[in-house]
Amino acid sequence: MATSAVDHAHTHASASHGPSTGLWSWITTVDHKRIGILYGATAFVFFLLGGIEALLLRIQLGRPDNTFLSPELYNQLFTMHGTTMIFLAVMPLSAMYFNFFIPLLIGARDVAFPRLNAFSYWVFLLGGLFLNASFLFGAAPNQGWFGYANLTSKQFSPGLNVDFWMLGLQILGIASLAAGVNFFVTVLNLRAPGMKLMRMPMFVWMSFITQILILLAFPVITVALILLMFDRFFGTHFFVPSGGGDPLLWQHLFWIFGHPEVYILILPSFGIVSEILPVFSRKPLFGYAAMVFSGAFIAFLGFGVWSHHMFSTGMGPIADTVFSLTTMLIAVPTGVKIFNWIGTIWGGSVQFRTPMYFAVGFIAMFIMGGLSGVMHASPPADLQQTDSYFVVAHFHYVLFGGSIFALTGGAYYWWPKMFGRLLDETLGKVHFWLMLIGFNLTFFPMHIVGLLGMPRRVYTYPAGLGFDIYNQIETAGALLLGVAFLVFIANVLKTWRKPANAPADPWNGATLEWAIPSPPQEFNFPEVPTVHSRDPLWELKREHGGPLPEPQHVSGAGIHMPNPSFWPALAAVGVVAVFVSLMTSHRTGAIGVAAAISLLFFSVYNWAFEPA
Amino acid sequence: MSHDTAHALEHPTSTGLDNRKLAIWTFIGSECLFFASLISTYLVYRPKVLQRGIGPFPHEAWTSPTGQHFEPILEIKLVTIGTALLLFSSLFVVIGLNGAQRGKRAQMLGGLGATILCGMFFVGMQVYEFTHFVREGLKLQTNMFGASFFTLTGFHGTHVTIGVIWLITIFILALRGQLPKEKALNLEMAALYWHFVDVVWIVIFPVVYLMK
Amino acid sequence: MVSRAAAVRRALPLAPVLLLLLLAACGGGYPQSTLSPKSDFTRMIDGVFMTTVYWAAGVFVLVEGALVWAILHFRGKPDDPEPTQTHGNTTLEIMWTAIPALILAMIAVPTVRAIFRTYEQPSGGNVLQVEVTGHQWWWEFRYPQYGVTTANELHVPVGRTVSLKMGAFDVLHSFWMPQLGAKRDVFPDRKTTLWFRADSAGFYPGQCAEFCGTQHGRMAFHVAAEAEADFDAYIKGLQGTGAPAPADSVTGTPAVAATAPSGPDTTAGAKLFLTKGCTGCHALNAVKFSRNLLGPNLSNVGARKYIAAGTLRNTDENLARWIHNPQAIKHGVLMLNLGLTDDEARTVAAYLRTHTGR
Repeated sequence: MATSAVDHAHTHASASHGPSTGLWSWITTVDHKRIGILYGATAFVFFLLGGIEALLLRIQLGRPDNTFLSPELYNQLFTMHGTTMIFLAVMPLSAMYFNFFIPLLIGARDVAFPRLNAFSYWVFLLGGLFLNASFLFGAAPNQGWFGYANLTSKQFSPGLNVDFWMLGLQILGIASLAAGVNFFVTVLNLRAPGMKLMRMPMFVWMSFITQILILLAFPVITVALILLMFDRFFGTHFFVPSGGGDPLLWQHLFWIFGHPEVYILILPSFGIVSEILPVFSRKPLFGYAAMVFSGAFIAFLGFGVWSHHMFSTGMGPIADTVFSLTTMLIAVPTGVKIFNWIGTIWGGSVQFRTPMYFAVGFIAMFIMGGLSGVMHASPPADLQQTDSYFVVAHFHYVLFGGSIFALTGGAYYWWPKMFGRLLDETLGKVHFWLMLIGFNLTFFPMHIVGLLGMPRRVYTYPAGLGFDIYNQIETAGALLLGVAFLVFIANVLKTWRKPANAPADPWNGATLEWAIPSPPQEFNFPEVPTVHSRDPLWELKREHGGPLPEPQHVSGAGIHMPNPSFWPALAAVGVVAVFVSLMTSHRTGAIGVAAAISLLFFSVYNWAFEPA
Repeated sequence: MSHDTAHALEHPTSTGLDNRKLAIWTFIGSECLFFASLISTYLVYRPKVLQRGIGPFPHEAWTSPTGQHFEPILEIKLVTIGTALLLFSSLFVVIGLNGAQRGKRAQMLGGLGATILCGMFFVGMQVYEFTHFVREGLKLQTNMFGASFFTLTGFHGTHVTIGVIWLITIFILALRGQLPKEKALNLEMAALYWHFVDVVWIVIFPVVYLMK
Repeated sequence: MVSRAAAVRRALPLAPVLLLLLLAACGGGYPQSTLSPKSDFTRMIDGVFMTTVYWAAGVFVLVEGALVWAILHFRGKPDDPEPTQTHGNTTLEIMWTAIPALILAMIAVPTVRAIFRTYEQPSGGNVLQVEVTGHQWWWEFRYPQYGVTTANELHVPVGRTVSLKMGAFDVLHSFWMPQLGAKRDVFPDRKTTLWFRADSAGFYPGQCAEFCGTQHGRMAFHVAAEAEADFDAYIKGLQGTGAPAPADSVTGTPAVAATAPSGPDTTAGAKLFLTKGCTGCHALNAVKFSRNLLGPNLSNVGARKYIAAGTLRNTDENLARWIHNPQAIKHGVLMLNLGLTDDEARTVAAYLRTHTGR
């Protein structure tokens, strides 16, 4: 295993720091910035795929009794839409920012385990491809993203659909856990001198808490998926009532993972917004300590509310009351965050650049998602709302209005640092307005149509229930959202042709990444900086009496960076090969698993004994 | 198992803990939830095992519809010995690690060897136990006890096996003289993992074998 | 420019909120709406829900208002002097921790009271017991007090408390009656309960709310709340389908002549029903039939307003279409295409339409 790259300011003769290019350099890269870009590009492709799936669903629901999609295909598409957006889009888009920016924000030269980092990415990529390969077999997962037992049993889902899903999620879980260990250690151990925990940028704090959630939540879903796998492959009855199993156990295990998972999806976005707001209000984050502790408190409570997804299962009045109250309690720290964001803007000098639009849009939309969340924290009200479109509206307000708005804002904010090019402001604002309008047109009517009695996950609905007009508006809004992202792509393509000459600090940033050239050199910091306050760059500029001179590229001679390695990618192939083998028949499966495990051991040993 | 350990020690990390040591602790924290979920599953199904009336059962005698009589299937004596050896192995690995840290080759190899032998005995005991159960008619699919027992103890056994492979690797390194004092951390990490696997068994043993 | 645009943006989400409140007031044209409760149970839920709506609307206006005001009032230019650098305000932060907590307490109190009421299990001689069973993809209703079973259309008397004991035949489903009883999940291995007392007559649609496979989207049902006398007649009719000694007590298929009412000759249809495999899954007897049949009980199918679990209006034409090719209407449904010709399907449909349970 690798040790930290940061601590190697040795006088080894080291690999040249000139830009190495070509496919092989990307496959063997262990540079956190390159891996971040790989995460981002891959996740964005999956995001578009999930978006196209959503558009197909919306077209089907555009009018009553539509036959645009068969029920079988509709069920596959809504399952893949949810699974893709959660595991292949929002989580890895967050991972892009973890990878690229956590080391930069804490003043490190790389993550703690650069090769493990590459391994995480390759496992994620192959896992995503594995899940989507199901479409080639006409057997995409079709049981919903939370795969309630016992519909997932062999008896009721005899096809490969559920197999792809449960194995795909296990693969992705391995990627997340490996990354979780890596970033947990990175944040704790690789901080620049003076970067005390309570001086860390809020994005680092929220990401750190996210890693803790990943580390504690993913093992639980892993166990649930293993039990399901035993049911389907080896004939056990963990979730099969006819054999003595209990389908409700699946729901408990799933949501003990599933609720922390929603904070895994939103906390990094809280962090991004907490970086953008101070910079564009030209004023430090309001109530830093309260922001840290409310984030931690949300994460802690996140493990004690899982059963609020199960109010309609009839757990009894005591359980309902307890989980209702803990759920309502989460609104308090969440409210603290929102008020502190407004407090950050308050009294500032607000600069309306594109990232700020998205950050403010995030707050506005997240408030609505939070309020509807409080509504179904009340179990009696939830007896009407759960599994209806009201819930679909709610979680899109927090995951799209929340996460996607923040992640998009983060893209506009950090694009110059990642690629040395500023995105176009006008197109950026067009993107924002189209997205805001499209988003609200798509998802606000879902509140109404849910309250009017439309259940979620229905492939069609009859005329005469009053759903038609709302669904038409939603479909139109979804198409507009598609256009919004086309504008984003146009923006990227347009600015890509320009020279990469963005300044190091285009926004008057407060954090360390803006002190180094855009894009940063391979070793990030020629000299590891020393930190004296929460907004180190602002402090530096204040001392300097104005903007700092543009940082120059330096040779980096004498800075030891980890060598590229092929073994992480090969180990990832080994991991995924194990799961692919499980899909095949018993005999070939056993041989395949044995071969795959051998490959895995071979790669891991070579990895372990290779000089870093 | 990197060759750069020495450098890491020269340049203290923010917490003062070596990255790899912190990573192992983090991994162990995560694994706690893994075993907690498996143990919870076992506990959820334990009271339901008798409901469907299909044995063999862990602590209850059983007569099959064909009139065949089965004693309670768990062999507590054998497993108690295995448990004791596994616990001793934690002591041995500490002795081995102490030897490694102080550069005492014989102590290191002895401690490590004893640990590996205990671990191999434990795995062997489990292989015997599993095959014995299958011969007695208790398979993974037989009833909820079979399913939750084999899953829980099987995953623990897999962890022990990985630990044994890890320790053997380090043993070979040590034999070749590639585990000097400065690299004792390589062994310390394996030892931390080994202690964790033992501690998990200390929870599993009473839950499965002693609790009726 | 920026400020005006921003103002418009802030106002946007408000418009639908007003629309929502407007909708809450009137429920016409929305027969499945949760906003027009028609029982004591859903009125209670609606009360809790509206409490949350009022608080949420108030908080929404205040917080979004503060946000809008802040971004409009504090907008600056790049060359403006640096604003005062504040880092926090303890008093303020304590306030905005405490006030939301108080508001939540205001919601929590009626919530907890209502939670305990939703779990009440009404008893007493006048309570109508109904056993609900979810199947892929239809609903079975059994009246244990009267010994009859029907499917997809639940009749209940207005003003009498109904106690539901619910389970599932195969996978998880969720029984959702938006206007009468909200929803509760149903399981193959445990029983769940709901209760309600309809306070006005009507024909209320509902549907499955837990994803349960291919045709989850077409797993609807209706609840007919009717006067006590009508309900009594309904039950008597259902009991009547089992009255004559059936020819085949296993499938519950009554002797053809016994139930076919006077009218058009249905002998041919009855014969097809018996010979083409229909009886493998369907019974025409509401009282005595095998509990392992996969298809809905058809004892009073002629009188139901919908067929195929709320998918089609029950007309001669639709019923014939359904019998001829169910897979074309509800793909993946467990009823197979039985290979009946168009004419045969019409004949069977005509026969079934005579089974009105009256």
